[in-house]
Amino acid sequence: MKYVTEYRDAALVQGVIEEIRRTVTRPWTLMEICGGQTHAIVRHGIDQLLPAEIELVHGPGCPVCVTPLELIDKALAIASRPDVIFCSYGDMLRVPGSGRDLFSVRAQGGDVRVVYSPLDAVTLAQQNPDKQVVFFAIGFETTAPPNVMSVLQAQRLGLKNFSILVSHVRVPPAIHAILSSPANRVQGFLLAGHVCAVMGYWEYPPLAEKFRVPMAVTGFEPLDIVQGILTAVQLLEAGKVEVANAYQRAVTFEGLKPAQDAINKVFMECDRKWRGIGMIPMSGWCLRPEFDEFNAEKRFDVEAVRAEESPLCIAGQILQGLKKPHDCSAFGKQCTPEHPLGATMVSAEGACAAYYRYGR
Amino acid sequence: MTEELPNLEGAVCHPPLPHGEQIVMGHGAGGRMSHQLIQKAFLPAFRNPALSAGNDAALVMPDGRQRLSISTDAHVVSPLFFPGGDIGRLAVCGTVNDVAMLGAKPLYLTAGFILEEGLPMETLQRVIESMQAAAEEAGVQIVAGDTKVVQKGKADGLYIATAGVGVVREGVDLGGANARAGDAVILSGTIGDHGIAVLGARGELGFQSSIQSDVAPLNHLIEAMLDASPNIHVLRDPTRGGLATTLNEIAAQSNVGILLDERTLPVHPQVAAACEMLGFDPLYIANEGKVVCILPREEAEKVLAVMRNTRYGEGAVIIGEVTAEPKGRVLLKTAIGSTRVVDMLAGEMLPRIC
Repeated sequence: MKYVTEYRDAALVQGVIEEIRRTVTRPWTLMEICGGQTHAIVRHGIDQLLPAEIELVHGPGCPVCVTPLELIDKALAIASRPDVIFCSYGDMLRVPGSGRDLFSVRAQGGDVRVVYSPLDAVTLAQQNPDKQVVFFAIGFETTAPPNVMSVLQAQRLGLKNFSILVSHVRVPPAIHAILSSPANRVQGFLLAGHVCAVMGYWEYPPLAEKFRVPMAVTGFEPLDIVQGILTAVQLLEAGKVEVANAYQRAVTFEGLKPAQDAINKVFMECDRKWRGIGMIPMSGWCLRPEFDEFNAEKRFDVEAVRAEESPLCIAGQILQGLKKPHDCSAFGKQCTPEHPLGATMVSAEGACAAYYRYGR
Repeated sequence: MTEELPNLEGAVCHPPLPHGEQIVMGHGAGGRMSHQLIQKAFLPAFRNPALSAGNDAALVMPDGRQRLSISTDAHVVSPLFFPGGDIGRLAVCGTVNDVAMLGAKPLYLTAGFILEEGLPMETLQRVIESMQAAAEEAGVQIVAGDTKVVQKGKADGLYIATAGVGVVREGVDLGGANARAGDAVILSGTIGDHGIAVLGARGELGFQSSIQSDVAPLNHLIEAMLDASPNIHVLRDPTRGGLATTLNEIAAQSNVGILLDERTLPVHPQVAAACEMLGFDPLYIANEGKVVCILPREEAEKVLAVMRNTRYGEGAVIIGEVTAEPKGRVLLKTAIGSTRVVDMLAGEMLPRIC
């Protein structure tokens, strides 16, 4: 397959790993920020091939895992309404809220549908004028352009029965929070290639500079990932604090300007709770007031819903790279993908699910 | 950006949802939730040796001499017609294949129809003709049936449940518990074709493919394989839950490990592309015309050669081997040289967000 098989070539990957071996002189701890990369690393067993000096810790970059309980409860409340068609990306259906998940709502008669694009939800709103269609707009910067496009499209079509429940999060404030923690041990970052394809990487040099931590923009195929690791290790070994682009076929410094413009037109920065981590100031996006009519929280009066999580799993520490999945006593025992105790076990991109599925 | 620190203490998550109170879609996905449903609900009530063997068909010996293979399969596929097949062909092939996997020659099927009020007669006629064509191809007769009609909205057009019986040939001993360390694992062709074809036909993919379902009766292929080597240990068709789930079942039943080589796994390029786009893994996608064969290593080439000369086995390859350890687990040697575990499908297969 073009642009895939070439980047899974065993000889090329081994060549870069040899180069990492030749470069590394001391232990380094790197964090891959993106859940998609965590998944690829474990699926392809890339961590097994690395020299012992390199430790990869998994970041909070799974949007399903970090969606706060409160928003899931709001989603459950909205999805249970008989007048609503509730649309979501697939893996949100399994995330437990307070006592229920979207599977349960569907089993009890709620109209919950998996869509592959938020624009499919707009089409559903056109086809079902007597129903309220709500899209659960979660994600990092990567899913923001299609999510805001759904609002702009609904506005253009004059739809009065479409709204989105927004739980958007952004990478730079999360990195800031991790590096600000007294417990931080991350020395270098692999930046999320898809996020940077949209946003560019102009937001990161000030962070690298402030915390003296180098970063490498990294892709998702095995060759991309080892190239990102090599780049980060080269910077660390040379004592350079830079943001380097190891995913040049997809990412530019400026990013995709029209996408950023669309995001800024519809969204504004806001405080956001991260499941398992807590409030990170100005780490989210929410709808600008002029798009209130598309704001599901306002339309369905669920703004007052509050929920607190109980202290049962260590997902938060895993999301911050402080612990690994098998540091958890529940891992693989009480906590499995069928019976997830925590969000990191729920999503295919969650670190615990990746460890469980690929047998660590 | 503000300097305020987030609360990094006491990071927590919420307790699980066991879904023990009501049926959810994951119970029907053919993975671990389906297994748990069987273990908790059906086995304790119906417990008997033939059922507890845990194969896709039951082996029974009513007269203490002649071995019969019996199986049943219910079909609720949507849409009713998809590239490469339809619910009728599926209903015949599903049961024929399950019966044949124990080394039986399938002979007779029954068919129960649940029809939704308003179903066009022409649709039913097409399905019936397709069933007859598949039955003729397999060499079986549909000898009994039943029809029920439910109110509009109480079913999705048409459901079919079939049951089948066949006579197990002399001199073979097949079953999921028979895999032995050192055996070779053969797969008859590409994986994931059926699941992706049906998903594509639902119009939910957002792009077009020319993938055809692989739905086919495999009994003639299996007959040819057993003619070549009566010493085959395991035959099983990797349907719902995909190849990964089937191999996990066999590893557990036989108390062995299975080691796959990722580079040998046959996947049609369009299936691979669809999986990349949607975040699916072909190892977990349904097949309806493939068979996994586990047999002594020294018999493998002989059987492969026979398979490759047949219509439904021409893509047959060796995909791995049976190992003594780790017991009950399936491992995969990745294309870049590392090793990982291949688990059973958990619940419902969900597309990833990005």
